[in-house]
Amino acid sequence: MKMPVMQRRTLTLFAFMAMLLALLGYVAVRSGPLAPVAVTEIEVESQALRPALFGIGTIEARYTYKIGPTFAGRVERLDVQVGDRVHAGQLLGEMDPVDLDDRLRAQQAAVKRADAVVREAAARQTYATSQARRYELMSAAQMISEETVVTKRQELAIADAVLLAAREDLTRTQSDLDALRAQRGNLQLVAPADGIVTSRDADPGTTVVAGQAVVELIDTPSIWVNVRFDQISASGLAKDLAASIQLRSRVGEAFAGRVLRVEPKADAVTEETLAKVIFDQVPAQPPPLGELAEVTIDLPALPAMPVIPNAAIQRQGNKIGVWQIVDGAPRFVDIKLGRADLDGHVQVLEGLTPGDRIVQYSEKTLHSSSRIRVVGHIPGVPE
Amino acid sequence: MISLAGRDILQSWGKFVFTGVGLGLLIGVTLVMAGVYRGMVDDGKALLDNSGADLWVVQQDTLGPYAESSSVADDVYRVLLAMPGVAQAANVTYLTMQVRSADRDVRAMVVGIVPGESWGAPGWPPYLVAGRQITRGHYEAVADVSTGFSLGDVLTIRRSHYTVVGLTRRMVSSSGDPMVFIPLKDAQEAQFLKDNDAIWQNRRRTEGNPAFNRPGASEVLDAVNASQASSTSVNAVLVRLAPGAVAQDVADSIRRWKRLTVHTRAQMEAILVGKLIATSSKQIGMFLVILAVVSAAIVAFIIYTLTMDKIREIAVLKLIGTRNRTIAAMIMQQALALGVIGFAVGKITATFAAPFFPKYVLLMPQDSVAGFFAVLVICALASVIAIRVALKVDPAEAIGG
Repeated sequence: MKMPVMQRRTLTLFAFMAMLLALLGYVAVRSGPLAPVAVTEIEVESQALRPALFGIGTIEARYTYKIGPTFAGRVERLDVQVGDRVHAGQLLGEMDPVDLDDRLRAQQAAVKRADAVVREAAARQTYATSQARRYELMSAAQMISEETVVTKRQELAIADAVLLAAREDLTRTQSDLDALRAQRGNLQLVAPADGIVTSRDADPGTTVVAGQAVVELIDTPSIWVNVRFDQISASGLAKDLAASIQLRSRVGEAFAGRVLRVEPKADAVTEETLAKVIFDQVPAQPPPLGELAEVTIDLPALPAMPVIPNAAIQRQGNKIGVWQIVDGAPRFVDIKLGRADLDGHVQVLEGLTPGDRIVQYSEKTLHSSSRIRVVGHIPGVPE
Repeated sequence: MISLAGRDILQSWGKFVFTGVGLGLLIGVTLVMAGVYRGMVDDGKALLDNSGADLWVVQQDTLGPYAESSSVADDVYRVLLAMPGVAQAANVTYLTMQVRSADRDVRAMVVGIVPGESWGAPGWPPYLVAGRQITRGHYEAVADVSTGFSLGDVLTIRRSHYTVVGLTRRMVSSSGDPMVFIPLKDAQEAQFLKDNDAIWQNRRRTEGNPAFNRPGASEVLDAVNASQASSTSVNAVLVRLAPGAVAQDVADSIRRWKRLTVHTRAQMEAILVGKLIATSSKQIGMFLVILAVVSAAIVAFIIYTLTMDKIREIAVLKLIGTRNRTIAAMIMQQALALGVIGFAVGKITATFAAPFFPKYVLLMPQDSVAGFFAVLVICALASVIAIRVALKVDPAEAIGG
């Protein structure tokens, strides 16, 4: 009479125990270090890789003109502001001449005086010449003594010399005047080329030393990007390669350009290769100098070869390779890698052929003794 | 022979099973606590494993780069490459900071690695779970999956934006913060470059210093500013040894000739486990001990109460002449059965609960095995008290009271 009750209890108890045991077995095998490692597989494809180089740089001007006086002085006026467009030959400002104008006038007077001296000397020389000739005639007629003739000849020679000296003096003062005029002209700050004013370093009244820039001009159409490429990934960088320039201020807008030159000197400290990249068409609103630009340079496509994703590349000791699944167990295959592109594809030179299946992603580090489970998508990773 | 214990369990199986489940939850908490401790140590070891280095070259007399800050010039690695026994040397920077995404920020350890075609260089994430490794020298990131970022997310670190191109797993700092890998040069900037305000203020300070700002020599000011803004330091150089090289020998020669501090893997582990997480792991260990003691006490009480509940039946057994050994065996078997159920429930709950913990909980099989035997020993010991009480019972109680 009691047996059915007992049996039901027994059955329930045993069912509970069996369930517990099954769960225990499941957690012991399916979790923790003993659990199989989830991996995803991918097929090695034959693909023509288009490698590209990526570098960053700043916008710089190819031609920068720093305009300032050639000797110390005070800025008298400055007619341009930062951002103004100027033309070649345009007067930008002027330095204070101080006493230069007065000296110019004094020099002009000196020139006139020298001119007067020349005229005086010329008059004396003319008189001396006619006197000398007359006395020669008189001497020929035996009317005067030889000594008197010699005196007149000497007077003529002196008058000649005085005239020459006066003429030279006139030339000298004239040249001095020209020099002062040139100096006066040099006080003008003139634009040497078309461009935009990028800085105005001194305002009227400021004293500047010789060679100090008062105004800085740049030649806008000549802006370029001074790009730095990490030397580790700069192979293939060459002149005239097409480039895509992205400015930090204009996300999503790429400008076409090309490599103007690769600098023969690399930066030894930062281990970067430098290159100048120019815009095919300078943007209508040119970017400010110093703006950060990202530059991607497309290299010519390479011949088709076996290609793997770089996520599959693993290292065992000092060997580089990939994991292949052979009979359900992972096996490490040594490979030799070639070029890579920026999208994460790498050429395989040796070790794999197209169609081989390799492990792309794994949940944890694989070992040759790892138990694995091939899945389409690693659990826990957002799609 | 009739199993007295089995019969008794069948008689009151509901009570028995529920007691077992309750006990199991307690054991589960203890196992999780052990898992938290193991997870802590494993975080430290994962950090070392994932760096892929044999030697850590750091600033002289520091315990860097994880336990102390360290700063070495970024061209030191070239010098190290020339040392015998060194196969690879790579610069690395570590910086724990808040990494901002569109609408939230995550505490992460930002690791600067040498990008480009240096496959599997030390410091690189050794495996990925999605996406690809960093290919560009700037503004790309590989994040640990526990940061919650997904492929294509844009992260902000300092003033630069990084696109997440790859995801990895179990890349954590010694304190369990997920890692975000970015190219070395960006990381150097993130670490050593000041914020814009500080740069402006510093420029003004330099401008105000007549030694740097001399009339007619404006280039001096520019040069000084440039030198203040550039950063050519890294936290450590990770060195991988050539096959056959002995870590200690190479470390000694670097210490002697390059006057830098070098930590080997064993030393690094000692620093991480012995120094960095020492107090927090001791804290957890202490808690684990207390939990184990409390669990043992509760098991003892439960078995004692269960025995007391059937003290009358035991008296009857004694009255009908059952041997003491049989009664003791019954109590002992019940205690052990309770322990087994408790352990099974505990192990299962611990395993299913572990992934919900914010930090890594590592349930080691050897811990489970040790836990299993500990539970059995505790149950056996606890049953001894109950057995003593049961054996002392007066058979007359079966009839009286």
